[in-house]
Amino acid sequence: MSEMEYTIGAVIKEPGSTRRNKTGRWRVFRPVLDEDKCVGCARCFMFCPDGCVRPAEDAFKIDYEYCKGCGICAKVCPVDAIEMVLEEEME
Amino acid sequence: MSGRKPRLPIPKEELLAPGHRACAGCGSALCVRLCLKALGRNTIVVTSTGCIEVTTTPYPETAWEVPWIHVAFENAAAVASGVERALKALDREDVTVAVFSGDGGTVDIGFQALSGMAERGHNVVYICYDNEAYMNTGVQRSGATPPYAATTTTPAGKVWRGEMRPKKDMPRIMVDHGVPYVATACISHPQDLIKKVEKAKETDGPAYIHVLCPCPPGWGYDSSETVEIGELAVDTGMWVLYEVEDGEFRLTYRPRERKPVEEYLKRQKRFQHLTEEEIEEIQRMVDEQWEELERLERER
Ligand SMILES: Cc1ncc(C[n+]2csc(CCOP(=O)(O)OP(=O)(O)O)c2C)c(N)n1
Ligand code: SF4
Ligand code: SF4
Ligand code: SF4
Ligand SMILES: [Mg+2]
Repeated sequence: MSEMEYTIGAVIKEPGSTRRNKTGRWRVFRPVLDEDKCVGCARCFMFCPDGCVRPAEDAFKIDYEYCKGCGICAKVCPVDAIEMVLEEEME
Repeated sequence: MSGRKPRLPIPKEELLAPGHRACAGCGSALCVRLCLKALGRNTIVVTSTGCIEVTTTPYPETAWEVPWIHVAFENAAAVASGVERALKALDREDVTVAVFSGDGGTVDIGFQALSGMAERGHNVVYICYDNEAYMNTGVQRSGATPPYAATTTTPAGKVWRGEMRPKKDMPRIMVDHGVPYVATACISHPQDLIKKVEKAKETDGPAYIHVLCPCPPGWGYDSSETVEIGELAVDTGMWVLYEVEDGEFRLTYRPRERKPVEEYLKRQKRFQHLTEEEIEEIQRMVDEQWEELERLERER
């Protein structure tokens, strides 16, 4: 067991520090977004519980470091632009 | 859409960091993420014990990008009242004080703390994220568990048919406290939710928002279906979206045609034991509630 330093009152001083925990490891299926199919409705961005769909310069990008593979984004996409692919089948 | 800059219907800023431990597809985590977009950075959050507290703050980490405090299961509203008074004493009334508390932490054990907060008129935005049971400890029923839902403490058998009590009508109880802004919402309708949180934030005095938050393991459906299940709750009338501003009731969303409740119930394991008669009974309860709400609308 590594030693942990405890703070008085269990104060945590670093906001957003769960970023250290890469929940992408949880994923079984990977959401793959087809930018040509996407109509830019932003539903995938709105509904991701983990804030893993991000608006970039010219498209929405999925953050695979943290994406848990829940499949919500694929389900809410009105044009089926997101496909859930088994991780083992990704090259 | 390649080549075009994405346009966003809701604020871009994320104030709940990824890496939190909520289950894949958690409706409650989605609720918090959306509400924070409306609350903004200048906010202090109080959370009661429960899934959101546990999954967002595994010591020594936190997912919160705003100041946040947890004390106990039963007293989020009392803690928020104290924070609000301290800010007043410091002349920092520009800061929003918000609570996120589960249904157990709100309608059961935190009830009197919330009642006191409402009675004293603290300027706090209180958000109940309702996943309809004590999820963090393994799906025990709460006062907000709907009739006939099977939980670990209301298992379905020959005699007991799941939860046998009505769902406590917490928003109405808050209206009866004279709380100036009360609303219901669902994670399936994010723009409606965000607008309500913005209104709550602008309210002088307490505001209460009760948000239905589907839970994949607790309700028994696939993690990808959280938003769909929320939509079905709203479209069947099992969950109604409304607001009450200074006592005045207004539906904020009316399904074009109400779907049969069966379409909502049959998608979830917690309702799998229901007979046709029991489904009809739930349909009758929903129809009656809807008539009552229609009456309130007409009276306006
Ligand atoms: C006084 C007290 N009793 C019991 C508990 C154990 N406990 C922790 S969280 C929880 C249930 C929380 O339910 P809810 O408020 O609905 O939040 P959820 O976990 O469903 O998000 C319970 C019973 C506790 N922490 N404190
Ligand atoms: S699969 Fe789930 S976690 Fe991953 S990007 Fe889609 S909605 Fe977010
Ligand atoms: S939901 Fe589908 S169409 Fe809409 S922005 Fe996301 S990928 Fe594009
Ligand atoms: S049990 Fe339900 S409420 Fe709790 S983290 Fe999992 S999905 Fe969310
Ligand atoms: Mg709960």
